[in-house]
Amino acid sequence: MKTNVKITVNGTVYEREIEPRMLLVYFLREELHLTGTHIGCDTSSCGACTVHLDGKALKSCSMLAVQANGMSVTTIEGMANGEMHPLQKGFHEEHGLQCGFCTPGMIMTAADLLASNPNPTEHEIRESLEGNLCRCTGYHNIVKSIQHAAKEMQS
Amino acid sequence: MTKIRCKTSKEIGGMGHSMKRKEDARFIQGKGNYVDDVKLPGMLYMDIVRSPYAYAKIKNINSEEALKVPGVVAVVTGRDLEKYNLHWMPTLMSDTQMVLPTDTVMYQAQEVAAVIATSRYAARDGKEAVMVDYEPMKPVIDAHKSLDADAPILRPDKEGKTDNHIWHWEAGDKEATDKVFNEADVVVKQDMYIPRIHVASIETCGCVANYNKVDNHLTMYMTTQAPHAIRTVIALVAGHVGLTEEKIRVISPDIGGGFGGKVPVYPGYVIAIAVSFLTGAPIKWIEDRTENLQADSFARDYHINVEMAGTKDGKIQATRFKVLADHGYTDASANPSKFPTGLFSIGTGSYDYNNAFMEADAVYTNKPPGGVAYRCSFRVTEAVHAIERITDRFAMEVGKDPAQLRMENFIKKEDFPWKSPTGWEYDSGDYHAGLKLAMDTVGYDDLRKEQLEKRAKGEWMGIGISTFTEIVGAGPSKDFDILGIKMFDSAEIRVHPTGKAIARFGTKSQGQGHETTYAQIVAEELGIPAEHIQVEEGDTDTAPYGLGTYASRSTPTAGAAAAMAARKLREKAKKIAAYLLEVSEEDLEWEPGKFFVKGAPEKVKTIQEIVFASYTNHPPGMEAGFEATHYYDPPNLTFPSGAYICVVDIDPETADIKVRRFVAIDDCGHIINPMIVQGQVHGGLTQGIAPAMYEELIYDEDGNILNGTLMDYLVPTAVESPNWETGHTITPSPHHPIGAKGVGESPTVGAPPAIANAIVDAVSHLGIKHLDIPITPFKLFKKLKEVGAIS
Ligand code: FES
Ligand code: FES
Repeated sequence: MKTNVKITVNGTVYEREIEPRMLLVYFLREELHLTGTHIGCDTSSCGACTVHLDGKALKSCSMLAVQANGMSVTTIEGMANGEMHPLQKGFHEEHGLQCGFCTPGMIMTAADLLASNPNPTEHEIRESLEGNLCRCTGYHNIVKSIQHAAKEMQS
Repeated sequence: MTKIRCKTSKEIGGMGHSMKRKEDARFIQGKGNYVDDVKLPGMLYMDIVRSPYAYAKIKNINSEEALKVPGVVAVVTGRDLEKYNLHWMPTLMSDTQMVLPTDTVMYQAQEVAAVIATSRYAARDGKEAVMVDYEPMKPVIDAHKSLDADAPILRPDKEGKTDNHIWHWEAGDKEATDKVFNEADVVVKQDMYIPRIHVASIETCGCVANYNKVDNHLTMYMTTQAPHAIRTVIALVAGHVGLTEEKIRVISPDIGGGFGGKVPVYPGYVIAIAVSFLTGAPIKWIEDRTENLQADSFARDYHINVEMAGTKDGKIQATRFKVLADHGYTDASANPSKFPTGLFSIGTGSYDYNNAFMEADAVYTNKPPGGVAYRCSFRVTEAVHAIERITDRFAMEVGKDPAQLRMENFIKKEDFPWKSPTGWEYDSGDYHAGLKLAMDTVGYDDLRKEQLEKRAKGEWMGIGISTFTEIVGAGPSKDFDILGIKMFDSAEIRVHPTGKAIARFGTKSQGQGHETTYAQIVAEELGIPAEHIQVEEGDTDTAPYGLGTYASRSTPTAGAAAAMAARKLREKAKKIAAYLLEVSEEDLEWEPGKFFVKGAPEKVKTIQEIVFASYTNHPPGMEAGFEATHYYDPPNLTFPSGAYICVVDIDPETADIKVRRFVAIDDCGHIINPMIVQGQVHGGLTQGIAPAMYEELIYDEDGNILNGTLMDYLVPTAVESPNWETGHTITPSPHHPIGAKGVGESPTVGAPPAIANAIVDAVSHLGIKHLDIPITPFKLFKKLKEVGAIS
């Protein structure tokens, strides 16, 4: 049994016939070939799959694609708008990534944070990243990257 | 801190420049190419049925229902592979490992059968429908009991095996060491356990095996840190079915973290190849996180008894180490063949004494195989933990400040190269300078004062030190090999007519930033801007042969090869410049990016002009073009070092532990890219705090893993990780072409004892002398209760 969904992703409307049990993350990766959203666990622990659903950060492995029917998703591929998003620049400038596997999820989580709290403290940044694991950077430079972006977005 | 001097301009971007990474662009835009992103036409998906038991006979595998699931095309068992003699494979330690079992499962989560289907979901449905009938047996879980007379013999398949003992290893002089111990004023001893842990790189392992029947050719996309070695292993395993080495191409795409966990050959890879070979379809296998934690290579699992002998005024005289190593059901470590305990014999540490003896015994248990890595594959972490903990115990025993005692016992700068009691030749070091800088940075004396004041008020804080010597860069080919292949590494540089280059290497970055740092080494030597040097790794069809990236070996080996290949080109450039300027070579002088005539700087040829001439106007008799390859065989290992100081505060009511500060001074010789080195240190330190305070794979007595998901296995988040304070001293390696030593492992090796020493230091006045890692608040709470310090 398949079902129809209509989901806007990065500004483009996609209609697909899918199995109702398909997770949003597989919909993005397998149906739309948007492979920037990664899968790092099976317990909603790592945050590698974080995207925005109607502007809010969400772990796309923890919801079904059908639940996003009629809604709007932004993935890492949709972050640059002609020029790179300040967070993308911040991660590059401050060496906030090594293997890059956690990076899309980190950027999406941070974008949500900065939308609601444009000038977060280090503590607030660390707290907001609690659901995103990075095994390479020790978070130190991720925090700096987000601070870098916050500064740029404010100026 | 030693100042980093750059010989090249920022535009050239040679060594010492904090050049921003060239590889970032694709990762920050979601355009990385990891193995799960590979999608081929007609690709099928594989999922794996795994054992719920740690030790059981397989009575029957029934695939009937699974084959009825829509989309399932095949179920593969050990019996199927047996027909092609592919049901067992060799490990890197010349032991044997099942690809799929025919009779017995040896650990929980072991691969039992593979389901192939048209989609990931269908493969998972099929897996659920495979019925396996097991007859459980009583497993051997406790390594200490594996040699008991009544323990079952786990590997009867190995001829003549009458117990679970794998090997015995020794280093040092037993007799001389025992003599020193017998006569010493002071002897301290400690049993410690370095627990089983898991790298848990955020990307799990996986592959796409694509066998093309028409061409009899296999392309294997896989998460491997050592693509060339893997190609050779596949050829050795599958050569007998016609898959010879020229027919195999291994592509290691972007890797989402490795830390050693992507060195081994896991059964899933081999099954995927076998199925692709039999069906002619590309097979994708991506393990999920739970499978990754439960079945892939573990690290550590060493039970150590360590002893130190010395004088009552604090001079270290000798050490003894006795190790029981739990390898699971097969020895699947990735050590050079002469070194079953890896480089454990570095455990004599940074101290000047002449007598040491070490021995180790390895045993089989019903746990997953591995012993490979967690950002240190060669057992340096275990050794460093033992020596740095026992040094603190010794200081405590003789009543000396642990920093003072270390200063008094360090090998002196002028005594390098220094021959260790277990036979290593430490290349260089300045341990006094490192510890002094760490103490100044942290404000050591003030902290000690604060500690005294706090103790008087019933508040607990601790200061822990670790001053470790690392051993990396394997290695000199006379001693180091993997399955007989010598551990050199390689670089190939091709400069195009317009002066831009492509450089290829036998290593494989998993986040270390090779695309940037290798370009910087070539830029340093040739003066071609790093910007214009494209670095490639990971494709065995194009890259020169090498042994891969692990154990901090890339800079010491392939980095050296880059410099050597570039120097060959510079020699050629000199000849061309002399020809073009019509002078003799002796009249020329080099400055990054150009040759000019001594005393006449206006007579100059840039490297770009020289390269162009090599294609358009090269000297008669000279080979055209501008290419060089170098296979670098290091004359010795490199010996990075570090001085780490950790400060902790402990809540006297809850035993909650807070890392207040952590200062890490590393010495990795000359630094290629300070930003990248610092990033490596941050990441490594976080993988040091992890086993020190959070991570351990725990099994019950039936061999059930109790924390085999990322919900229960505690990888530190941004909240637990402190703000790291880093710094460096620079003591170049005298034998390395660019004086570099390697850094990736150091912080993971050095951090755990600093943290453990800090926590013990905080509560030592309460009579606590040792705590095994991970030191969780709960473990500390229990201990405090035991000594009556908390109610
Ligand atoms: S994949 Fe780990 S949280 Fe979604
Ligand atoms: S950069 Fe590798 S997991 Fe974060």
